Order: sequence, then C-alpha cells, then structure tokens
Amino acid sequence: MFAYTFRRLLIAIPTLLVVIGVVYILLFSAPGGPFDAERVVPEAIQAQLMAKYHLDQPYWRQYLLYIAQLLQGDLGVSYRYADWSVNELVASALPVSLTIGGLAIALSLVIGVLLGALAALYRNSWMDYTVMALGSVGSVVPSFVLGPLLVLAFAIGLDWLPSGGWDDFSWQFMVLPVSLLTLINVSTLARIMRASMVEVMNSNYIRTARAKGLPMHLIVFRHALRPALLPVVTIMGPLAVSSITSALVTESIFSLPGLGILVVNGAANRDYTLVLGLVVLITALVVLVNLCVDLMYAFLDPRSRA
Amino acid sequence: MHSLTPAAEPERSPWRDALQRFRRNKAAVTSLVFLIFVTALCIIGPWLLPHAYDSTDWDALKLAPSLTNSHFGGTDESGRDLLVRCLVGGRISLMVGILTTLTSIALGVVWGATAGYLGGAVDQVMMRIVDIMYAVPYLLIAILLVTVLGRDFYLVVLAITAFSWMDTARLVRGQTLSLRKMEFVEAARAMGVSTPRIVFEHIVPNLMGLVLVYATVTVPGVILTESVLSFLGLGIQEPMTSWGVLIHDGAQMLDSAAWLLILPALMLSLTLYSFNYLGDGLRDALDPKDR
Repeated sequence: MFAYTFRRLLIAIPTLLVVIGVVYILLFSAPGGPFDAERVVPEAIQAQLMAKYHLDQPYWRQYLLYIAQLLQGDLGVSYRYADWSVNELVASALPVSLTIGGLAIALSLVIGVLLGALAALYRNSWMDYTVMALGSVGSVVPSFVLGPLLVLAFAIGLDWLPSGGWDDFSWQFMVLPVSLLTLINVSTLARIMRASMVEVMNSNYIRTARAKGLPMHLIVFRHALRPALLPVVTIMGPLAVSSITSALVTESIFSLPGLGILVVNGAANRDYTLVLGLVVLITALVVLVNLCVDLMYAFLDPRSRA
Repeated sequence: MHSLTPAAEPERSPWRDALQRFRRNKAAVTSLVFLIFVTALCIIGPWLLPHAYDSTDWDALKLAPSLTNSHFGGTDESGRDLLVRCLVGGRISLMVGILTTLTSIALGVVWGATAGYLGGAVDQVMMRIVDIMYAVPYLLIAILLVTVLGRDFYLVVLAITAFSWMDTARLVRGQTLSLRKMEFVEAARAMGVSTPRIVFEHIVPNLMGLVLVYATVTVPGVILTESVLSFLGLGIQEPMTSWGVLIHDGAQMLDSAAWLLILPALMLSLTLYSFNYLGDGLRDALDPKDR
C-alpha cells in the first residue's frame, strides 16, 4: 500500500508541474503585458514595476520564482483587482463554490447510489424505467439548458425561489444551483450504480448466497453493496473534472460569487496571475481528488494495487 | 435434417453483416435519418428562408414564433430571425463537432497505435502523458487557450482537440496490443516491412470499426464543449453564432421570450441524443461480441 501511494504521487506531482508550465508559457506568449496600460508611466518607474514583479527576469527564472512562491502558499497578486491578492479573492470565492459543490456531491452520491441500486434490484419494473429515463435525460440535456429551465419553472413560473444571486449563504439562493448540480451528477451515478449492481447480483457468489436461503436484505447489504460501489468510486475522479465544467456553468447561470466566475472574468480581462493562480489551485484540487480516489480504490480492491 | 451442402448465400463480408445488424436497430436508424435531416436543414435552410442571420428587423422585436408572418421561429431582442440563427448556429456547432472529431480521432489513432505497437518504454511514457492529460481540468485550459490566442473558430477547434483524443488513444492502444501478436503482422514483419508501414497499413485498417464507433461518440462531447465555451461567452463571437451562443442569449431573455431558449436547446439536445443512439447502434452492429 505504501509503495502504491508513492507511485501514485510520482504521477501527481509531474501533472501539476506540467500544467503550471503549460499555462505559464501560454499566458506569457500572449500579447500585451500587465503594465502596457493607457496611462504612460516614466520609463524608470516602468522598470521598477517590472523588477518588483520579476518581469525583467528570463522566463525560466520567473517560472522557478513562481513555483517557489506557490510552495509558500502564495498565489500572487491580481493584475486587475486593485488591493486584492489572489489569495484574498480565492478566500472569498472558495467557500461559495465548496458549499454548493460539496452539498451537491453529497446529495447526488446518496440519491444516485440509492436510485441505481433500487433500479437494479427491481429490474424492468416502473422504478427501473423511471430511473433510466431520468438518467438518459440528465446525460443528454446539457447543464446550461437544464439550469435556465429550472429558473423558468421555479423562479419565473412558480416564483418560489430567487432566479440567481447570493446572499451570505442563505438557503433560498442555494436550492436551485445545488439542485442543478445534483441532477447532473445523479444521472451519471445512478446509471453506473445500476449497471454494476446488476452485474454483481448476477454473479455466482450471490447465487450461492441466495441458494443457501439468505434473506434478501442481508444479501444486498452484506454481500452485494460493497463490490457494486467500486465503479462509483472510480467515477469520482472524472466526476471531479467534469464538476469544474458544471461549476463554471452553474455559477454563471445563477451569478454566484464563486471560483468559476473569477476564472471566466479573469480570462476575459486577461488577468494573468489571477487565472494562473486559479488554474493551479483547481488543478491541485483535482489531482488531490484523483489521488484520494485511487487510494480508496486500492484500499477497497486489493487486486488493483499491482 | 438439413443437407450438408451449404445453402447458396450471397457473399457475406463483415461490413455487410454489420450493415444488416444496424438496419434492424430502429433507434439507431431513426437517429441517423434525423441527423442527416438536421445537417441538410442547417446547410440549405439559411438560403431558403427570407431573412439573413445577422439582419435586424426593427418592426419585429422579440416576436413570438408563428406561422402567420415570415419569422416562423420568432425573433430575438434586436429583431433577428431565430430560425435562421438556429440553422446558421447549427452549421457552426456541427462543423466544430466534425472537424474537431476528425483531428482528435486522427491524433488518438496515431498516438495509441504507435504506443501499442512499439511497447516498452515508449509506451510507458506515451501512456503516462495520457494519464496526465486526464487529470487536467480541460475546460480551464481550453478557456485559457481561446483567451490568450483569440476567439477564432479554428482555435476553438484546436483547443477542444487538445483534450478529446485520450479516450481514442487508450482504446486504440489496447486493440493494437492484441493485433500485433496476430499472424499477419508477424508475417509482415518477417517479410521486412518497415514499422511505420506495419502500423499504418496492417494495424490501423483493422481498427476502423472501433474508430468509427468512437468518432460517433466523440462528436456530441465536442459539440457540448464548444457550447459550454460559447455559453460562457468565450467561444464563438457575435454576430456569428452557435447553439451555445443562442442558448446563452435565450437564457438572458427567459422571463419575456422563452422561445429564444427553447428552440436552440431543443435542436442541440435532439442532436446530441441522436449521436448517442447512433453510436450505440454502430457499436452493437460492428462488435457482435458485446451485445
């Protein structure tokens, strides 16, 4: 297990370095420096500014300086938001994204696993068909269509909830975004859970358990559920990556002050350091999630440690 | 009892078998017909309709869809005909989908076949790169690419290509691993055929079925990514349009003109749905083991 963890770390760290490198090259090959503003500053001051932010150094040294700075947990300053460091911007946005995302992941895991398992156990019943229909709708209607439709139904039509915005973690503003993210994830999770549960329930050892007269609930909870959950664990990695897409879309639909909006605005304003910091942060989170998923998988299924 | 002499059957090739199986799959055939219909409509439609996609009609702002005037699909807030815009947007979305799929499949096949055939250290390195690409939050990098390099149509294609070839590469590598041990590859090697020729003349043609299935599954994913970029305002730019742009604009006008969202959303969703069914049908038809 230790050797496996070490090997996985050997992949995780280069991933991060490569991403930072690529993003760095991209941003600095872009035309227009951060201080090429309309206001002309004296040359000496321009040079001082460049020196202050190490922009007069060769690129490779800027990269190394940036890595060193990152290792101290400093994501740098924003070129556009005055008086804000990237850390401060992240500190104000991250709780919003994490609350929405965390709630949605927890909800969709519970609902998805439950629905998938039920659909598999009552195969070809109305239950199964409903879950499958829900799953195929969720996988085909894109999040950026489903979101506005939710707004149309619950905010404009029924007028139950606000159509967007954020008010210091009050629940009314969270219901629609969390529902949207949950709906998107549930459809994937339920489909995967159903498929793996069907496979497990058809396997020989379940037949043996049935043949020796074990009651159904014991078969399900003691023998079937754990192996059936393995594919769900595997999908958590890709789900983490695709959650970024859904987070960007969700935050833009409901105008939530989260990380996604920061990324989109930063990209539109060419706020180099802000975008770089955010990409590094989010990539690090994704790599971390992938690492945890792999370790959890190895823990649950010893065969995969090879 | 049947006689032992085989009945006179027409020549049966694997492709003809596959075609027969495909024809029996109603959902897949319907999807194919629908996709051909939508594509034809997007190509021809804008020429037949009386309005241009970017011309504004100040007497008809935010008109609801109706059959009694010339704006069948209604108009948007600046009086542009929605139906024409949906069809022109469809051209862009489908073009991004098909172009990107072609480039990403080509990259995936070359990458996977090379890694699978050469094996050893080369394979290790190439597949680690694929692993790394999987862990990268692709949408963020795509956003960066289009922001830094400009929001050009071909850059959108390039940005999406860069992150959609890995599935194909993995699949092709797996197939190549089993193909390279086959006798005909052995024979080619014994005859002294060069490695690139073995890969591209003996192995790749045997992957075509798989590649066709994979291409069909890649198209909707790519269209979706383009739509997300455009929806976020970082993809195709005004006055040019795509389904993603139209859905974004429609979502802004939700309370007063819901049809602006519904028409493009319907076209996009049905297209994605059809591609998925077509892919399923092709897989069942070309890979009878997996039914």
